[in-house]
Amino acid sequence: MPLMYPLVFAAFLFSAGVYGVLARRNAVMVLMSIELMLNAVNVNLIAFNAYLRDQLNSGQVFALFVIAVAAAEVGIGLAIVLLIFRNRETVNIDEVDLLRW
Amino acid sequence: MTGQEVAFLILAVIGGLAGLLVVTSRNVVHAALYLVVALASVAGVYLLLAAPFVAFVQVIIYVGAIVVLILFGIMLTRAPVGRRVLDNTLRARVGAFVIGAGVFVMLTVFLGGAFGSERIANQTATATAALGDSLFRNYVLPFEAVSVLLLAALIGAIVLARRD
Repeated sequence: MPLMYPLVFAAFLFSAGVYGVLARRNAVMVLMSIELMLNAVNVNLIAFNAYLRDQLNSGQVFALFVIAVAAAEVGIGLAIVLLIFRNRETVNIDEVDLLRW
Repeated sequence: MTGQEVAFLILAVIGGLAGLLVVTSRNVVHAALYLVVALASVAGVYLLLAAPFVAFVQVIIYVGAIVVLILFGIMLTRAPVGRRVLDNTLRARVGAFVIGAGVFVMLTVFLGGAFGSERIANQTATATAALGDSLFRNYVLPFEAVSVLLLAALIGAIVLARRD
């Protein structure tokens, strides 16, 4: 299989994630878009692992690390979103401007 | 065109469409369910790229855990339904589309220039034993670091979400 197939697929998923992060107002939707981007990175890691025929399977190992970090990230992210919702009755990221100067 | 390539193209089209729907759907719950489709097709892509263990971890962690967590987040924040409340203004969305399309074109052109003629050779699937060997011999230190990170995230999530 040409290496470009998975690379273009990953690039498309990543771009969709970028669009989602910028276009969505709801914090949960932004988290979902970030998951898409992390998955695109994983597709690249696995594709290059297969392409290079790495003896240590580094690409697959690092994909597993990325999955673990993504799980931690979404857990913390949702905890923060719940906290914001409890305090401000909204999860729209443009209305949460406490840190804006 | 081999059967592997046909299967990949089918999976890629399904996953790409689902990914687009995740970021454009008006309904938050529908977006989460499209995310399931996108993540499952990515798992299929892992299978085609000779990484079955990562594919099953993807199904268990992403489809099983993360999407459920996101659905809980949607329910607990009473996410409203409808474009007006979900998306930014039209101007911001056009800007986001330009940036997203620009990233896609740039990545495709540059990667095509660098790897356009390369092919992934057919190979047997990575044995889970080999992957575990690599993980617990050569990458045991990052593995331990990830375990500490997960513990910190666990405690942090409890501290943040606790009602006191």
